[in-house]
Amino acid sequence: MSIDEHSVLGHQLHGPTDPAADAHWQVHKSRKGFFTDTSICIGCKACEVACKEWNRNPRDGDLELTGWSYDNTQALGASTWRHVAFIEQDRERIEEARESGRQLVSLGMPTVGPPAKTPEAATDSAIAAGADTSAPDTPEFRWLMASDVCKHCTHAGCLDVCPTGALFRTEFSTVVVQPDVCNGCGTCVAGCPFGVIQRRSDGTVEPTTGRGEQKGQQPEVEKKGIAQKCTLCYDRLLDDETPACAKTCPTTSIKYGDHTDLVDIARDRVAQLHEQGLTEARLYGANELDGVGGTGAMFLLLDEPQVYGLPPDPRVPTADLPVMAKRAGMAVAGMVTAAAIAFLGAR
Amino acid sequence: MTTSAFDQFRPPEPERPGRRFGKLRRKKRPGPGRTDGSAEMLMVPDVEFESYYGHNIVKPPPWEWPVAAYLFLGGVAGGSGLLGFGAQLTGRAVLRRNARLGAMAAASVGGVALIADLGRPERFYNMFRTLKLTSPMSIGSWILGAFSAGTGVAVASEVDRLLGDRLPLGPLRKVLRAVEAPAGAEAALFAGPLAVYTAVLLSDTANPTWNGAHRDLPFVFVSSASLASGGLAMVTTPTRETGPARALAVMGVIGDIAAMKYMEHRMDPVAAEPLHHGTPGQLLRWSERLAVAGGLGALLGGRHRAVAAASGLALLTVSAFTRFGVFEAGLHSAKDPRYTVEPQLRRLAERRAAGITDDSITTAAPHWPSHS
Ligand code: SF4
Ligand code: SF4
Ligand code: SF4
Repeated sequence: MSIDEHSVLGHQLHGPTDPAADAHWQVHKSRKGFFTDTSICIGCKACEVACKEWNRNPRDGDLELTGWSYDNTQALGASTWRHVAFIEQDRERIEEARESGRQLVSLGMPTVGPPAKTPEAATDSAIAAGADTSAPDTPEFRWLMASDVCKHCTHAGCLDVCPTGALFRTEFSTVVVQPDVCNGCGTCVAGCPFGVIQRRSDGTVEPTTGRGEQKGQQPEVEKKGIAQKCTLCYDRLLDDETPACAKTCPTTSIKYGDHTDLVDIARDRVAQLHEQGLTEARLYGANELDGVGGTGAMFLLLDEPQVYGLPPDPRVPTADLPVMAKRAGMAVAGMVTAAAIAFLGAR
Repeated sequence: MTTSAFDQFRPPEPERPGRRFGKLRRKKRPGPGRTDGSAEMLMVPDVEFESYYGHNIVKPPPWEWPVAAYLFLGGVAGGSGLLGFGAQLTGRAVLRRNARLGAMAAASVGGVALIADLGRPERFYNMFRTLKLTSPMSIGSWILGAFSAGTGVAVASEVDRLLGDRLPLGPLRKVLRAVEAPAGAEAALFAGPLAVYTAVLLSDTANPTWNGAHRDLPFVFVSSASLASGGLAMVTTPTRETGPARALAVMGVIGDIAAMKYMEHRMDPVAAEPLHHGTPGQLLRWSERLAVAGGLGALLGGRHRAVAAASGLALLTVSAFTRFGVFEAGLHSAKDPRYTVEPQLRRLAERRAAGITDDSITTAAPHWPSHS
């Protein structure tokens, strides 16, 4: 038995922190992450495919289409580590999104304007400023496309509750499962506030092609019974390579890089869209004061998070562990007292 | 309007035209003329609910009935550990023996159930690879291990005595008898934690119902453990020695009903809903009724052997129903996005109304001061 010092005393349960330093990494690497700009995603699902191929992930489920869309993977899961959501919206809904985004600006958040601009960005915004910045004509309908992924949380519920130490924090501040350690207890599945990680059950590497071929006559699924999720391509990062999904993305909707740079890119992009009157644009995960201490993978969304299947106010459950421990201690004291009374009173 | 050959495979459109995503919209659209927006944001009491085609947001853990059975058995084991130790201190030999045997049986069957539910049962020993204070599953594994170690020693001695000193122990018999009492005490030390940790295990998750109950579920679980172990002793042990077991059971019944009511009262009403509906609702309602019956039986007829045994059985059922009810309610709450979205929108709106506007995950600009 070894005492896991990462999670004993001195480990921060919530609030802003440097995750790799908090996990006592001696090597210093900058935090890596994604900024997924859904405003330019075309829904090609190339990232899903690239991820599947690179990680040799089996098929997930029976490829059923989500109601009223062409989304055939439906959600993140043990074998789908990138998931592209398709949402069709009418004009009324677009107007509502524009309004809810506008309200975020006036919520006392830090100002929208980027503090330091690059020369090109300044030119862009000058053009934008010269142009009409009132809300552009609202289209009749729109398709939202968004590529979702593990958030690589600053405070990761999955990692906190894993009993075996299979989940660990890498030197890049990402969260990765060691498949040879995980015993499939499934605690992490309940611990993730975003519903990302899952225990692998079924699926297959090879699709059925011939007539009459059945699912079930396919090869043994690798890593069955083990919790699986995006590794932020830990293997590729170690070789200084870009993660497969970001490398494949044809529109640069998925941007990979140092977290600090991504925050700047996100700031500029949301400001740019707001200047164009597209106030529906908002960031998700780019706040180190939020319930998970900010995320490594950030998103630019064009509507409320729940529309994309994202939780509107996630909170790492371990943040409340001290309260739970206290209440549990009181409960045990009560039980022992009751037992003592039972024996002393029943002479 | 068919624009693609594949459109014919689309499922039929939902009823209400223009309300395509199964959402309940805000009743009042924001009025015109207000430009700062904050006032509108603060007066959104009717929580709007939308989802991605009704798909769940958080995932239910892959746990099946063996885990619920363990919640019950762990409680029985913990309570019996305390009863066994009390009997050991007060010289109630039959109660001591039966409580120890009960604790061992419950802990072993429960442990096997836990292992059977793993994705990779052959790697169960990885639970003891580390001790992790942020993981109730890790702490709980060590608690169960420590409890079982002490109980195992005490039970070995009991079994030897039952067999008339016929275990082939040789000179070790003396050692066994000498460590028996300390072993019983060691087990008792971990008995309370064993009864309670499963509450923290369920609550330290993103599960809407379990997490929503995090402040009071420990009290429900220790009460349930008390009445179940008291009930088991009332079934197995002659009434002359079960006075304390009956008293513990009655206190457990009172605690169980009170803690459950208080817990539901304090929870977000939407997060608490799964506790009232469907199978979990029925289990929990029956649990309460049987608790009253079993508690009254123990209180009034506990000196009558048959009444005591019947009440004991009822109380064991009460605890099983409570555990399965809470367990199933949580699984249900993770399968419907409404239970994730509505309480979260409500607490976000409440914080904003209280003037806390800097801790939302959704922002109009990044908020990461430590990067600049
Ligand atoms: S999103 Fe979920 S799976 Fe990913 S790091 Fe956060 S808690 Fe873990
Ligand atoms: S399933 Fe595996 S990764 Fe998840 S908590 Fe259990 S041991 Fe850890
Ligand atoms: S970073 Fe790698 S593992 Fe994660 S979604 Fe992209 S391709 Fe898949």
